[in-house]
Amino acid sequence: MNCNDVSKGLIAYLDRRSNSAERQEIEQHLTACMDCRTRAEQFRALWGVMDELPMIDPSFGFDARVRQRVAAEPQRRWLGWIVPQPRLAVSAALLAVLAVWMVKTSPVNTPIETTTASVQQEDFNAIQNLDVLENYDVVTNMDALSELAPVGAPNGGINSQKAGTAATAE
Amino acid sequence: MLDVKAGDDSSFDFLLQKYRSPLVNFLYRMVRDTATAEDLAQEVFLRVYRARKQYTPSAKFTTWLFRIATNLALNSVRDTRYQKLSVSIDASTDGEESPPLELPARELRIDQKMIERDRTNLIRKAIWALPEKQRAAVLLHKYEEMDYAEIAKVLECSESALKSLLFRAYETLRGQLAPLVGEALVRETKEGRAL
Repeated sequence: MNCNDVSKGLIAYLDRRSNSAERQEIEQHLTACMDCRTRAEQFRALWGVMDELPMIDPSFGFDARVRQRVAAEPQRRWLGWIVPQPRLAVSAALLAVLAVWMVKTSPVNTPIETTTASVQQEDFNAIQNLDVLENYDVVTNMDALSELAPVGAPNGGINSQKAGTAATAE
Repeated sequence: MLDVKAGDDSSFDFLLQKYRSPLVNFLYRMVRDTATAEDLAQEVFLRVYRARKQYTPSAKFTTWLFRIATNLALNSVRDTRYQKLSVSIDASTDGEESPPLELPARELRIDQKMIERDRTNLIRKAIWALPEKQRAAVLLHKYEEMDYAEIAKVLECSESALKSLLFRAYETLRGQLAPLVGEALVRETKEGRAL
């Protein structure tokens, strides 16, 4: 152990807080090194000198002033539990603001949604009539209907078709 | 402190009685002014009271108490440092308030009283001349007799850094108080109490 090592452990040695191995090493060094031994003696004497510093007493009324300030502290109200948990309070506030913002900015029932709803209704009706559509006779008999002109077309309608057919035959 | 946390006001009074003197002395030795030291000590107790509900006994109560006190003292010293600079360096008191009057024992003669007061002032000034963190370390080590782990927690440094801090501080004090240390060693030698 050299002088530098001793200087690191000297305070603990003088405090009697160093472990036995350190203590032995420091004592060996102090026996051999006059400078470190002198320093150790002077440190110990210094601590004795520092003990001369007298204590001062707190002034009369110190306790009363502390109690007065403590009494002036605001008492906790029913919402007081929030105060010691500011993170919780801030998180709750942010959550509330976010909820309000989401409600305000969310779209109301748009026409697209209405269209989607009506398409869904048509699909439902088709499924309801699936038995009819799968019936081959019904579908075959309805083939004649496909020859009908669309409603509102000129010379449209069943009667005009029949008249047309008769004229061709003549 | 756990009783204070549970709402027992008499326990707060107990803490006040037990720690007011060590706190006021520590703060006085840190900030060099009795009125400021008392104000800061009151503030420490107030903060303890305010934080009573959040107190968890993860560290010793004294560590927590002196950590609050040290932080307040360091802030106060830093706040007033620039005010002190405006005081003339020729001023005999170096801008410090005169130390509080300590009443010596009645049987001491006037010259003895004067010598004692001079010695006390010399020690005070040597401690005050230390850098703030070294000063706090010395006060907690020498006068509050805290162990290294506690002081390291108060000053927020490692134990090895604290030991270096203390060594440097005592080296400075050894030089500053060399006449008193020399006298003490002579006295010890005479009394046969050398190392």
